[in-house]
Amino acid sequence: MSILSLNSVSKSFGALKVTDNVSFDVAPGQALGIIGPNGAGKSTLFNLITGNIPADGGQIVLNGRDVTRDTPMQRVKAGVGRSFQIPQPFTHLSVYENLMVAAQFGGGHHGAKAGQFCMDILDRTGLADEAESASGGLSLLQRKRLELARAMATSPRLILLDEIAGGLTDAECGALIDTIKGIHAEGTAIIWIEHVLHALTSVVERLMVLNFGQMLMIGEPAEVMEARAVKEIYLGIEV
Amino acid sequence: MIWVDTIVQGILLGGLYALFAAGLSLVFGIMRLVNLAHGDLIVLGAFLILVAATALGLHPFLAVLIAAPVMFVLGWALQTWVLNRVLGDDILPPLLVTFGLSVVIQNALLEGFSADSQKLSAGGIEAASLALGPVTVGVMPLLTLVSAVAVIFGLNQLFYRTALGRAFRATSDDAVTAGLMGIRPQNVFAIATGIAMVVATIAALYLGIRANFDPSVGPARLIYAFEAVIIGGLGSLWGTLAGGIVIGVAQALGAAINPEWQILAGHIAFVVILLLRPRGLFPRAND
Repeated sequence: MSILSLNSVSKSFGALKVTDNVSFDVAPGQALGIIGPNGAGKSTLFNLITGNIPADGGQIVLNGRDVTRDTPMQRVKAGVGRSFQIPQPFTHLSVYENLMVAAQFGGGHHGAKAGQFCMDILDRTGLADEAESASGGLSLLQRKRLELARAMATSPRLILLDEIAGGLTDAECGALIDTIKGIHAEGTAIIWIEHVLHALTSVVERLMVLNFGQMLMIGEPAEVMEARAVKEIYLGIEV
Repeated sequence: MIWVDTIVQGILLGGLYALFAAGLSLVFGIMRLVNLAHGDLIVLGAFLILVAATALGLHPFLAVLIAAPVMFVLGWALQTWVLNRVLGDDILPPLLVTFGLSVVIQNALLEGFSADSQKLSAGGIEAASLALGPVTVGVMPLLTLVSAVAVIFGLNQLFYRTALGRAFRATSDDAVTAGLMGIRPQNVFAIATGIAMVVATIAALYLGIRANFDPSVGPARLIYAFEAVIIGGLGSLWGTLAGGIVIGVAQALGAAINPEWQILAGHIAFVVILLLRPRGLFPRAND
């Protein structure tokens, strides 16, 4: 059984169709990359999966359960965690408190175990020294790490990463990739939107291309990157 | 020495204003909702205490233990079924709805209790006083201030020491992202309003014991509460206590100069602080 299935999901904003009849599956523990030009509907797809915007049509199934009409809170509890393209920490909370909120309300962890669980994640994401820092004062890299750490704290079976490597140096990106590989190795399924292709292809087993809200193709990364349509539309190379 | 006494009496009066304001500050801090019915809800709380005290023959300090849970449920229901429906980017709908609610509560209380003034009777404690060095303070005003400090301390502990408090602050920061952390913002808002109504009931206890009240006195309580919240800095609970004390001291000083200036002096202090520090005395860093 797939951990996530989208069946003919569509979404329009006025006359603009931003998600057009998109269908795909993600198996438990699988890593799927999503690429596409700006405005292709990638982040909208994440908003549809998390329930931040309602689908106009189609069906979203999580762990075999239809969640199309569920609230974001219900979907988090069903096992979906998410990081944002533009980091959105709770700025009035410390780094540790940001994770505690996610662990207690999203992950169902309580008491001292929740605290230890959060400290372990902070350790893995390189934020242990910043645990008591105000999250509003973090650097870009630290904010990206916090996005990842907070999503991990909800104990997801499927984690959605939205351009988490964007704006980082090669060294910073390398450290982040190692952490993401670690999450993947533990059996957590990943859907990762990214423009930093070398980072993406070093982790994912499948790659999907979106263009104008439509799924152009899906398959093994090497196969997809070699496809003529992808080179023309996404990479801007005339073949 | 009369000025020391005046300032002490003003600080004690500030405790009552801080209690009026604490619930308003709590709700505004979490959901940016200005509840124009807050004063009327305090008056409703006073009538509930009166009913419980009269019907069961209880002292008001015991009757409040019955009224407070009722007010919590009322606040929770009000937020769940009315206010959550109008919260959003546009601030006008909640203002209009709470203004309408204010009118409804006043008229319902008029219908049920008439326009006659009421008072909660607490017995001998009302006239009791303590000599603290050169000044003499009333036990009730002192209890009011101690209660205000205790309420605000308790709310701060709730905010900064508990999972619910973290949920309050996270939802206040970003309700959409809070939803993605497993929090249902509507539930958080409903609990916050319920707690605000419990605080309003405590304020109602001291309002009812220290002064006469009738269905029409709510809006004046709202103004004092609003001024205390603004002076203290929006969303800051300790700031709200400071704001209440500023108004109380200003009123006491105004009354000492001329009894007719009491209320006006509090409003002037509000305007002066607003001119000097538009974001209040203790604004939150990111607001």
